[in-house]
This record gives sequence, structure tokens and C-alpha cells, in this order.
Amino acid sequence: MTAKAREAILQRLRNKQPSFDTPSQTVAVENPTWPMEARIARFKSMLESVRAEVHIVAPDSWTDTLKTVATEKQIDNLLYAKQGPLAQAIEIAWGDTLLPKLVHNERPIDEWKEQIFYHTDAAVTSARAAIAETGSLILWPDEHEPRTWSLVPPVHFVVVDSAKLYNTFAEVVEAEQWARQMPTNALLISGPSKSADIQQTLAYGVHGPTELIVILRSPKQQD
Amino acid sequence: MPEKKRYPAKPEKIYFFATCLVDLLYPEAGLAGMQLIRRDGVEVVFPQDQTCCGQPAWNSGYRDEALQVAQRQLACFPEDYPIVVPSGSCAGMMRHHYPRMFQESGDRDRVNQFSTRVYELTEFLVHILRIDLKDLGPPIKVALHTSCSARREMGVGGEHEALLEQLSNVELLEQARKQECCGFGGTFAVKQPAISAEMVSDKANAITATGADILVSGDCGCLMNIGGHLDYRDESIECRHIASFIWERTDATER
Amino acid sequence: MQPSADFHTRIEQALDNAQLKASLRSAMDGLMASRKACFPDADELETLRLRGAQIRANSLSKLPQLLQQLEQRCIDNGIQVHWAENVDAANRIVLQIMRSHQAGLLIKGKSMVSEEMDLNRFLESHGIECLESDLGEYILQLAGEPPSHIVAPAIHKTRQEIAQLFNEKFPDIPYSDDVDTLTRSARGILREKFYRAGVGLSGVNFAVAESGTLCLVENEGNGRMCTTVPPVHIAVTGIEKVVEKLEHVPPLLKLLTRSATGQPITTYFNMISSPRKPGEKDGPEEVHLILLDNGRSRIYEDNELVNTLRCIRCGACMNHCPIYTRIGGHAYGTTIPGPIGSILEPQKAGLDNLGELPVASTLCGACAEVCPVRIPIPTLLNRLRYERVRTDYDGTTHGQGSGRRLMEATTWKGWSWLHRNPALYRLAMTLVTRLRKILPLGFEPWTRVRARPRIAAKTLHEQAREEGFNDR
Repeated sequence: MTAKAREAILQRLRNKQPSFDTPSQTVAVENPTWPMEARIARFKSMLESVRAEVHIVAPDSWTDTLKTVATEKQIDNLLYAKQGPLAQAIEIAWGDTLLPKLVHNERPIDEWKEQIFYHTDAAVTSARAAIAETGSLILWPDEHEPRTWSLVPPVHFVVVDSAKLYNTFAEVVEAEQWARQMPTNALLISGPSKSADIQQTLAYGVHGPTELIVILRSPKQQD
Repeated sequence: MPEKKRYPAKPEKIYFFATCLVDLLYPEAGLAGMQLIRRDGVEVVFPQDQTCCGQPAWNSGYRDEALQVAQRQLACFPEDYPIVVPSGSCAGMMRHHYPRMFQESGDRDRVNQFSTRVYELTEFLVHILRIDLKDLGPPIKVALHTSCSARREMGVGGEHEALLEQLSNVELLEQARKQECCGFGGTFAVKQPAISAEMVSDKANAITATGADILVSGDCGCLMNIGGHLDYRDESIECRHIASFIWERTDATER
Repeated sequence: MQPSADFHTRIEQALDNAQLKASLRSAMDGLMASRKACFPDADELETLRLRGAQIRANSLSKLPQLLQQLEQRCIDNGIQVHWAENVDAANRIVLQIMRSHQAGLLIKGKSMVSEEMDLNRFLESHGIECLESDLGEYILQLAGEPPSHIVAPAIHKTRQEIAQLFNEKFPDIPYSDDVDTLTRSARGILREKFYRAGVGLSGVNFAVAESGTLCLVENEGNGRMCTTVPPVHIAVTGIEKVVEKLEHVPPLLKLLTRSATGQPITTYFNMISSPRKPGEKDGPEEVHLILLDNGRSRIYEDNELVNTLRCIRCGACMNHCPIYTRIGGHAYGTTIPGPIGSILEPQKAGLDNLGELPVASTLCGACAEVCPVRIPIPTLLNRLRYERVRTDYDGTTHGQGSGRRLMEATTWKGWSWLHRNPALYRLAMTLVTRLRKILPLGFEPWTRVRARPRIAAKTLHEQAREEGFNDR
């Protein structure tokens, strides 16, 4: 049925190829660029405008920030990727302190769905890159840091390096040649989950995390 | 998007296309427009064979009927003079829609040659006549309603305002949602009377809320709609076409 | 489809509803102001709109090739592609997938194509539960209403109405009209459904041909839930949503979110290119893409009307439409309301069914002014008005000539004859001015809220001659 539909639809479309009055030369859109300091400031203010927390920290002290904020939030447990890029630093930093309990799980989510849906307070993941213009984090979830981690727990910590802070989305797509290598799922996350569906009033934490805490590791910056 | 138009130098002669609404309901506005131009030393030609641009039929879907009327208008303005129109709506029709309208009729070169000569009145006064107005009237508070076609199709909202700002005793007041349509829309007012009534009543409220003494517009369709409603409500605010208003305030001969 | 008498009744009802009027006015004012604040530089905006128009036009000009490329890339990536000629075929494809997984619950992200399919009703008639998970859509599902806006579906409802509704449907939850509390309740109820649902369904904002990527724009995270948690994900889209390249996505995304709600970007931009790969710990094992035609290829046949298909569904034309603001989305009686709906829906359902819609416009142009892909909506409304009354049936739109009425057609013929015979015209107008005091000028419905038009004592033709203005 669908093969027949396919042929019929394509045939109709092939019968007529329309022409348009739009310019034939590519219209050049100028994308903004900022020097690093301004880029960081833009990234921070854009995220803060949608109620995300942004901490700009020196690369070697980011776990201190993670510990402090996680403690402040009275998080009971924190999900991290044992084989992910942040694991080593987190494990060293945690030691045997009385901080929120570190949890990890390498099995498919289907096997511990209840755990992540109902008993996980927070997750920490890395971000592949970030975008200053819109205050966005770019995540390409993988086998170590799966898709649900940045979605299901109520609090999401994201760690990203200022070296990977791009100006615009257009710049990332081009510079990283996304067209050649799209992953299963590429995500732009620009704040905690929100909705204005009830009388245009903003509410946070509809289905995704209520809180998004961004830790930007920047060589020149201190928190 | 209104294209950036290059304007010619001040001509010796122009054609005036009055529009059918002006002809029957607001002749004083047409006359004022012609007098403003004549006063600045340009000869105004008013072809007696002009009738209507054809827009009412065109917007109702009756294209053949509209085209026949439009063809007759083309014949009235043979010389290469600018054609000045005291209406954003009719000027928009003749400048932007005629080329599309004549697409299949073989008159393309002729219609393009015609359409590029069409100017809305305030556009002509500001950019080609470069008119310099001396306000002779007493202080007055004015609200301006710029028609949708003047604002969006002809892009002359700024020209309307610029002319009023030249008048030193005029205080221009801004109504809420000034860019919103008044609900006229030609046959729309009759085909969707309930929505149109709601729109014109909201528009009238916004205008009277400014406390203006007078409402000015460059389009007689809007004036007929808003003015008719204000009249119906017995509001004290007066309504005037922008050409009449400017002429009344700058004409020294009658004072 | 609703005959025009119903259309007028719905308009009257909407206009009589003071609450609706106030809700719509403040919502639309807010959305217009947010959009404006997001585009501070007019030149930049115009360049971006031109780019957006170009990208969409480019996609449409290569539509059959791009659809085939999209299909091939998707298949290469492991996504199953289905083609549907019409709504019924698309619904059956969804049903078949549900049945093959013995799934009894479908959880849905916001999708206007699924509204077009009337999917919920179809699946429910086959014993399958469908649940909307977008907060606005969920509220409307509880209320048993269709969306009234394509981006903000429950925009016509007040907080109190929603609180009442929740209280009715969930008497165990204490009454509250606090937005945060209501949102938390919905979160709790729907979380369990995401957990349990066998299949998730979403729409598609852009389908990228070169990489086989389905892009989804959303704020709540329900779209991500629907496309991540259930073992099967079905994406439904109209065939026009394809774009050629990934580099085309950033400018369109920028235009879309800013035009829609005045946000620089939405919380989530979700790009899906395959089902779960070996080793990955979550994500659906199966991803299906359903490409729906349902009249689109017919619209495609007309060189002018094809521009309708450029639309990226931002809803800015609604937000800026003075008619939509007065009557709201439900009055239109179509899946997609407002200016874009008034050109799209009559082409799909036929002018014999929805021919009133293109007429219900003042052609003010506010829609075209803000359209991020520069669809000339008033031009297309005008074109459909022509299609509605033309009698040569030379064209592709359904229901041509169906709006032609003898009385009206005769009036325009007479009008045309008079206005192309200048001598007669002058005589007639002069007569009208002379007889102005006895002519019956109080015509309905004009004078329902307006004073009678004042005919001048002399036409301009006469006055021009008297004042010495030459004829040539």
C-alpha cells in the first residue's frame, strides 16, 4: 500500500517542478561573533534569562562547584557515567565525603527504568559544545551518557569547556561538519524544561528537568 | 516588503488619479491634493475618462471584470507623467497588482511602464515635490490612521507622519495598536459585518482615547469606515483626508 | 467540514464571548511584543526572512528528489519510511505499527499533522488509548476540544477554567488555580504514562534530506520523552517539511522560535537520525517516519499556490491577524486556523467546503509582513477568491466556481460595464450626487454600526473641470 502511495505521490510531484521568485544567489546571513570574554558573558546571560544556573570556573576546580551546588540543592543521589569523560574527576573529588550519594548504572535503561524515573534526583553529564548566541548546550548522548539522563531526573548538571563555546548554531554545524556524522540523537538544550501553555504564564519543570545547572570550565575564569 | 524606490526630479506635469471613493464621497480631498501640487508649480492633469482602479472586483475574485476596467484606466494616462493617487490602497493596486493582473493579457510592457509611474500622494509630496508646509492653523491635536496598504504595500506610513510633523501647530497623538487594520477591507465590511464592527469599534475606541480633535487618514475607505462609525456613535472628533487637512491648514488664499 | 452557516454562527459565538476576547487580545499582544523584541534590527530580520524564504523555496523546487534522498538516508540509518496518500492511509499505518507491538497506549508529542489525521479518534475507535503530552494539548484533550492555535493550543482558556477542568477530572487532587501547581500535577500524571507507553508519536519540524535527520522544536521535554522512552517512535509529517541540508536548519530554527513566541531558541532542539544503535542504553529500538500527502501534491501543481507549502508553522500570522484575534482558532473550524489556515485548508478540503475562509479577510497584510518565509498570504487569498468564482474550471484547486452567485456575478458585470464607459460613469455619478437626498443609502449591514455615507454635492470630475484642471 505504501509503495503504491510512494510512486503516486512522487509521480505527481515530478509532473510539475515549480519555480519561485526568491533570489537564485544564496542570501548571506551574517552570524554574530564575539571575543571569548563577551561570548561567555552572552552564554551566561542567555541561560540565566531562562532560569538556568551558570557557574564559570577554572578547569581544575569544577568538581568543587559540583559538590557545593549539589549539597545546596539537598540532592540525595547523583547519577554519573562511570565510563564517561567526567568520571575520574568526580570519583576523586567525592572520596568518602558525606555528599549526595554517587550512583551509576551501565545497563540499558529498560532494565532500571523505575530507578531513573522515580528514584534519581539528579544527573551530571558532559556537553560536547555550547552556543553563546542562544545560551545552548550541545549534547550528543552516547552509550556512556544516555539520552534520558539529561531528561528524566529533576536536576541536570552539565559540564562544558569554554574552548568548545561557539558563537552560533550555524557556526557549529559548519565547523564540526555535522552533515557527515550525525549521531543517533543530537540535542540543543537551552534551559530547564518550561511551558507557557496555561494563560501564557511561564512554569518550569513540565516534563524535563526543573533545574539546569551549567558548569563552564574556563581557563581564565574563577567562579 | 516595499522596495526602495528611486524618485525622479520634480516634473512639469503630473496626472491625478482621484479614485472612485474620492470622486463621489470625498471630492474635496481630491481637489485639495491637486491644489497642493499645483501650488508648488506643477501642472495637474485630471483625465476626465478615469473611473476606478478595478480593485473592488479584483479583490472579490472577478478578475475579468476588474481587468476590463483597469485596461480602460491605462488608456487615460498615455504620457510619461507621474500618476499621483490620494490613496495607499488604489496606488498599491495600480503599482503592485496591475503587473500581476496583466500577466497574461500581452500588455506587460505597457503596464510596467504605467505602474512604475504610480505614486501615492504623500509619497509624491515628500519625495518628488519636496513640499515645504507652513502651518497657518491654530494648535490642534491629531490622530493619524495609516491604512494597511499605505503602511505595508506602499510603505508610506513614514511619509504621512513626516507631512503632519511639518505642521508646527499640529500635535500628533499615537493611538494604541496603530498598525492594526480598521476592519474596512472593501467588501469584507459587508461580508463579515460582525467582525468588521468589532474591529472598527476597537479602532474608534483607541482613537478617541487619545483625546485628538481630528482623525486624519490617507485612505477614504478607512475614513468612511472609522468616520462612519464615529458619526454613528455621535463622537465629536472630526475626520479628514490628509490632503484636505494639509490644504486647509496651509492655504493662505482663504484666510 | 463545516458549511458557511456554521462558520458565521461560530463567529457570532466567539464575538459574544467577552472572556475569550480578553484572553485572545492579551495573549496576542504579548506574542507580538515578544516577537518584536526578538528582532531588534529590521534589516537583519529582512535578510533572515529572505534566506528563510529561499531555503523553503529551494526545498520545494527539488521536492521529489529530496523526498527520495530523505527516504534513502533514513533507511540507511535504520529508520522505516512509510508513504500515505491520505489521512486514512496514515492512520492505518500507525494502527498497524501499534498492533505489531501489541501496544495499547500511544503517547503523543505535539503534532499538527496528527490533528489533521484526527488520529486520536481513529485509534480510540480501534481500542487504543492516545494521550497528548504537551501541556496545552493535554488540557484540551481533557476538555474534549481541538487546539485553537498551532503553537499555543490552549490559548483561549483561562487559568481558572483549567483549574476547574483538572478538579473535575482528578477529584483526588486538591483544587488549585496556581500555574506551578497545575503544571506539577500534569507532570505527575503524565510521567507514569511516558513510563508505560508502548509507542511514542511526534511530528517533525524539519526533515533533513542529506542526513536523514528529523528535527523537533519544543520547550517542555515531552517531545523528547515521546521520542526517547517508549520502545517505538513514530514521526508523522507532511511531505513539504523536508529541507535539503543541515546548514539550512540553523536559519530556519532561528526564524521559527523567534517568530512563534519571541524566544531566541526553545529549551530543546531534538535531532533524531536513527533508532537506538548497538551499545546505546536508551532510545527507541524502532523509528518510523510517515510521509503524508493528503492534498499537498495537488497544491504543489500550481505555480503560485505552491507557496502555501513554504510554511514552517510558527503561527506568527495568527498572532498578528486582527481577525484571528477577534474570533480565535475554533471559529475557523479547521485544523490550522488563521491566515495560513485560510489559504491551506480550502485547498485541501475544497473551495466548495471552505470557500468562505479566503473571503473572511481584510487583506491587511499583517500576516505577510511577519511571515518568516515570506509567504504572500494576501496574494494567495486573493487568488483563492478568484478560484472560488471563476467558471472556466481551468486549474487544480477543488471546488472552483463553487462560490459564484448569479446576483453577485451580475452586479460585478454591471459594475465593470459602467466603469469602462467613462461618459456613462460620469453621468451616473452626477445623477447620484444630485439625487443624494432621496437615494436609499442606509444599506444593511454597513449602517448597523455606521452612519450613512455622505455623497458629495458634486463629483470631483465636475469640480476638477470647474477649477480649471486640464483633461490632458
